[in-house]
Amino acid sequence: MTPTGQTLAATSLLRFATAGSVDDGKSTLVGRLLHDSKSVLTDQLEAVEAASLRRGQQTPDLALLTDGLRAEREQGITIDVAYRYFATPARRFILADTPGHVQYTRNMVTGASTAQLAVVLVDARNGVVEQTRRHAAVAALLRVPHVVLAVNKMDLVDYAEPAFAAIAEEFTAYAASLGVPDITAIPISALAGDNVVTPSAHMDWYGGPTVLEHLETVPVGEDPSAQPARFPVQYVIRPQTSDHPDYRGYAGRIAAGVLRVGDEVTVLPSGGRSVITGIDALGEPVKAAWAPQSVTVLLADDLDISRGDLIAPAAEPPSITQDVEGTVCHLHERPLKVGDRVLLKHATRTVKAIVKALPYRIDLTAGLAHVADPGQLDVNDIGGITVRTAEPLPLDAYQDSRLTGSFLLIDPADGSTLTAGMAGEAFAGPAAAAGADQEGWDF
Amino acid sequence: MTTVTDTSATTEDPYALSHLDALESEAVHIFREVAGEFERPVILFSGGKDSIVMLHLALKAFAPASVPFGLLHVDTGHNFPEVLEYRDRTVATHGLRLHVAHVQDYIDDGRLRERPDGTRNPLQTVPLLDAITTGRYDAVFGGGRRDEEKARAKERVFSLRDEFGAWNPRRQRPELWQLYNGRHAPGEHVRVFPLSNWTELDVWQYIEREGIELPGIYYAHERDVFARDGMWLTAGQWGGPRRAEPVERRLVRYRTVGDMSCTGAVDSDAVTIAQVITEIAASRLTERGATRADDKMSEAAMEDRKREGYF
Repeated sequence: MTPTGQTLAATSLLRFATAGSVDDGKSTLVGRLLHDSKSVLTDQLEAVEAASLRRGQQTPDLALLTDGLRAEREQGITIDVAYRYFATPARRFILADTPGHVQYTRNMVTGASTAQLAVVLVDARNGVVEQTRRHAAVAALLRVPHVVLAVNKMDLVDYAEPAFAAIAEEFTAYAASLGVPDITAIPISALAGDNVVTPSAHMDWYGGPTVLEHLETVPVGEDPSAQPARFPVQYVIRPQTSDHPDYRGYAGRIAAGVLRVGDEVTVLPSGGRSVITGIDALGEPVKAAWAPQSVTVLLADDLDISRGDLIAPAAEPPSITQDVEGTVCHLHERPLKVGDRVLLKHATRTVKAIVKALPYRIDLTAGLAHVADPGQLDVNDIGGITVRTAEPLPLDAYQDSRLTGSFLLIDPADGSTLTAGMAGEAFAGPAAAAGADQEGWDF
Repeated sequence: MTTVTDTSATTEDPYALSHLDALESEAVHIFREVAGEFERPVILFSGGKDSIVMLHLALKAFAPASVPFGLLHVDTGHNFPEVLEYRDRTVATHGLRLHVAHVQDYIDDGRLRERPDGTRNPLQTVPLLDAITTGRYDAVFGGGRRDEEKARAKERVFSLRDEFGAWNPRRQRPELWQLYNGRHAPGEHVRVFPLSNWTELDVWQYIEREGIELPGIYYAHERDVFARDGMWLTAGQWGGPRRAEPVERRLVRYRTVGDMSCTGAVDSDAVTIAQVITEIAASRLTERGATRADDKMSEAAMEDRKREGYF
């Protein structure tokens, strides 16, 4: 019997990303998560079996479940981020399945940008390799709150604890040094099914959760009341009908924190002040709303507010700046150079900007060494940047607010997305990580 | 509301959002982004459950103002009458603008030819692209979901289409955080999928929660059907039944609503939303696997149609 009633009761939603090198067995792990949680349906499995047979494989290749595009099947590789959906009695999951090749760092950055958790795979025989360090660094850079190290192919090292312990220790030390606040290492065999969904019979020495158990119990979100509110205005709602002659509401999705009726707020970048008189939560008036709800906010004063403005608590506004400093991951085949004229999209505002400096490139594998004055950033490069914007922006540090501390650079000529940027320091560092733990919102 | 000191149990978290709340908030955000950044958006509206949920979300996103977009329907000429009746009633109720592009017009004047198998789903692409061109639409909302099919699993929320309406998987823009990039050249347009992250079950649970009315064919009813390719098809003028395909009267319902010639019904006695949800949760077939003949044509059937500008 399928888990009907229980699956229906699931309420919370966890977004997570997976990353691994080509032969680490990531597709097998994802296939097994989907298969063993009964999320693969009969017709999908039949299609995989038929395709496997056509390729001369005797057993169904679960990796085929996730290779969607013709080019990917023909070349036996994954090109793009694929999104998977599954549910268990405890929770709903959205999985961003990202390819692990060197040249696809941009895909992992993309998948990690919305993830609350990242699963990094390593092969137990190879241990922590260059790619593993790269994946840990991307998770740390994108401030993914929870990281799981899945040490795969334990069956090929005789399920030996010392092999696992050495890899777990090396990885944990590295990720912690980058400021990853929560790291969990799990010994698995995706092929045999050990510790993916069901506990392994071969590793008595491991007393922790299976991968799925961990996914089901890890906290989904941060406590919004611990952060100052950030409300980028998307759209102004003015019905101008006889029923609502004077209604003027500011529609948006709360990017961080909690908004309450009665809050004194400031509207940025103009700096005008007012008080929240009403919050409309998609048809229902409420006293308070929080991230990531979409709401419409009513203010006491008739200020000149339009798309692109940011509403924030008068007591805790973000800083206003025209000089954006931060870290970028370059996403486009065309290199990014000093002097490039671009568009910068931050929250709901897009402004003209000039790349003023590219002070260093970060080598994600060699101890995060800074390579000074790289001249340009190529696709998949990560480096420091200074951008001058034509208009002031209300900008948070990315470490304080992922949605109001992030930005895109866009090519004004053809509209391509060039670069993903994060304001402020690239990595939290171990001290900051310890601090985050003590504050206790790692519930 | 007081400061949270102990949130060890997520169920006690005062700031918890249900998965439906999270999905709804994301979809509303997408509608508002398009309203803020595009000149002439339009919602593809077929009267199927996904487009009905899209319209419901759009109504909520802009209330108490009206939806700032019109609707576009590509009518294959083989639509279920119950669905057309629903479509027209909905348009009238909410005072919306609807443009209908007719596949039949294209067949009548020779611009399109009827396929030997009578299926008209693939024929929708040309009238759709023509309607987008003549309507000068720059953003086109579709109800596609990533859980439907493998090629759709790699689709962006904002999906750039060239002047031929074509989807090029290698030219897709990386999509990070909630920063959607809708910039496009004249003649190009962007397909927007607000339900990208919804599953079939999410759609039905949302329909139940919001009390959304659907066309009756989504619930169990008696119908004259015949078996083909493992599906129950409605008997009609579009190539069926053939000689060796006996017609029988069965209790069925539809999981998807498309062209009658290739949309199969499933055996069902589910007459309420709750019964439908129970049935879907227990089903061992995907929605498209159970009901869409056109997706069974080849391993890459959907990918190929998307490249040509299909929904």
